[in-house]
Amino acid sequence: MTNYLVIDTSAHASVALIDSDSGNVIGERTSPKGNDQTETLSSYVKELLDTHSQRGQDLAGIIVGVGPGPFTGLRVGLVAARTFGFVWNVPVHGVMSLHALAERVIDAGDAPKEFLVASDARRKEVYWARYNNTGVLLDGPHVAAASTLDAMPLYGVGAGIYAEVLRELGATPVEASFDWIADARYLAPRALQLLGDGADLSDTSPMYLRESDAQVPAFMKKDKL
Amino acid sequence: MSLTEPIVLGIESSCDETGVGIVRGNKLLANAVSSSMDEHVRFGGVIPEIAARAHLEAFVPTLQQALDTAKLTLDDIDAIAVTSGPGLAGALMVGVSAAKALALATDKPLYGINHLVAHVGVGVLEGTVLPPTFGALLVSGGHTEILKVTSLTNDVQLLGSTIDDAAGEAYDKTARLLGLGYPGGPAIEKAAKEGDRKAFRFPRGLALPKFVGTADNPGKNRHNFSFSGLKTAVARCVEHFQANGEEIPVADIAASFQEAVVDVITSKAVRAAKEHGLKTLLLGGGVAANTRLRELLAARCASAGINLVVPPFALCTDNGGMVAALGAQLVADGVAPSGLDFATDSSQPVTNIVLQSGN
Ligand SMILES: [Zn+2]
Repeated sequence: MTNYLVIDTSAHASVALIDSDSGNVIGERTSPKGNDQTETLSSYVKELLDTHSQRGQDLAGIIVGVGPGPFTGLRVGLVAARTFGFVWNVPVHGVMSLHALAERVIDAGDAPKEFLVASDARRKEVYWARYNNTGVLLDGPHVAAASTLDAMPLYGVGAGIYAEVLRELGATPVEASFDWIADARYLAPRALQLLGDGADLSDTSPMYLRESDAQVPAFMKKDKL
Repeated sequence: MSLTEPIVLGIESSCDETGVGIVRGNKLLANAVSSSMDEHVRFGGVIPEIAARAHLEAFVPTLQQALDTAKLTLDDIDAIAVTSGPGLAGALMVGVSAAKALALATDKPLYGINHLVAHVGVGVLEGTVLPPTFGALLVSGGHTEILKVTSLTNDVQLLGSTIDDAAGEAYDKTARLLGLGYPGGPAIEKAAKEGDRKAFRFPRGLALPKFVGTADNPGKNRHNFSFSGLKTAVARCVEHFQANGEEIPVADIAASFQEAVVDVITSKAVRAAKEHGLKTLLLGGGVAANTRLRELLAARCASAGINLVVPPFALCTDNGGMVAALGAQLVADGVAPSGLDFATDSSQPVTNIVLQSGN
């Protein structure tokens, strides 16, 4: 029996140890806060490995959420995952973080034929994607104001924050999902499925979806005085 | 591990350099640095988000490079040290997260240490022997500080610092005004070589008696710096020539600006050292590359009977070797490691040399 370590910091620091054959969750830790990834992540990983007598070098691999998500937290998880992979000499597999929300929708049962998931992108925007009820990604990920989304069932913390706006649009934000964030335990099934299909997930580049916002200042555009 | 000569790996990511250095005791074994400076040039200054993105991509390759250079594997490392602050928060977090992952995965002790004290700690490398108590002058794009170092591992005091811009920032902003590009330090220095440093008399910040007081009755800003007035004076000077439709004497302004900066820095540093009985002064930070600063500081230290120590330039700019050097001192002194739970501290005071767990 070999296990995967799953890490996602696109929202909160979330870590799980997953049985690679059954997909069962062996252990998990998720921070209740969205701003303590640097403080908590490695301690969570240590706790999981120690509790389950799992040696890092014996892992089947590391699955990491590549976002989209707020940049600083996202990088904390990615640099840690890459470093673990380097030291333990195990493969690191990158998976889009919104898959975790879609998986949770389907896992909860009675998923609508098509639906949207949305996470908090700050600056009055959400990261969103559209799925069908078998978990196929139909559109996204994108970053946009909630008011520009299609009027359909909508899940995730992004649906909660903008519930009022979304209802005005005629969309159906699903209240039971208003505290759902990208959780490591829900990221794993999609990753295992993709890996089972032979997909190459070796790209762990972050999905920023936004530029750095840096503007070339006017004084740098002038050649001379 | 050898307590006297521990092998320590140091990680630096507080600004735009991703650094991984390795030391054995006081010997530097590797100092790999990847800089995102080129990506900041068109913005005329460091863009924190661009720096943080670059740290993520550079970390593992820089780590690999340092290990290759030192001809060591991670098994050979006794401890890991990382800059926990001060610096750019988002940039610090990449290095600290990487360091924690590395410490956990290799099961080594981790030290979260002060970047400014690391600039001083580099002074113990390359065979330099520092006295028990000495002063340090740090001048870079991000800092301008005078420190009193009684013990590198447990007693560092801030004697003075800038109350507005860092010296390097003043160079960058003035270089922009003069159309000299980025980074400002080398650009101003080059232009200044062709100019007359006495052409203009620009203000020396916080040099008036009301700020400095006397040795017996020191003013609050006796050892502090300010460069915002200087920047404004240079801007007015440039505007004056523009308004009159005259050509701007770029070289003379650059030379006079630089003289104002190095004059006030060196005179304040030497005065602080004298008044605190410090017989040795270490110069650190990227602006240590400035020839005029070193020249004037050497002259003033010589006449005050102060021994000036300037580490090699590659160790003055931000790098992982300096973090490893301070880390090795901490290990040798038996200081407790920081654990895995500490947070970055973008304004970490120099009195906080190493973070303790539970902080
Ligand atoms: Zn520095």
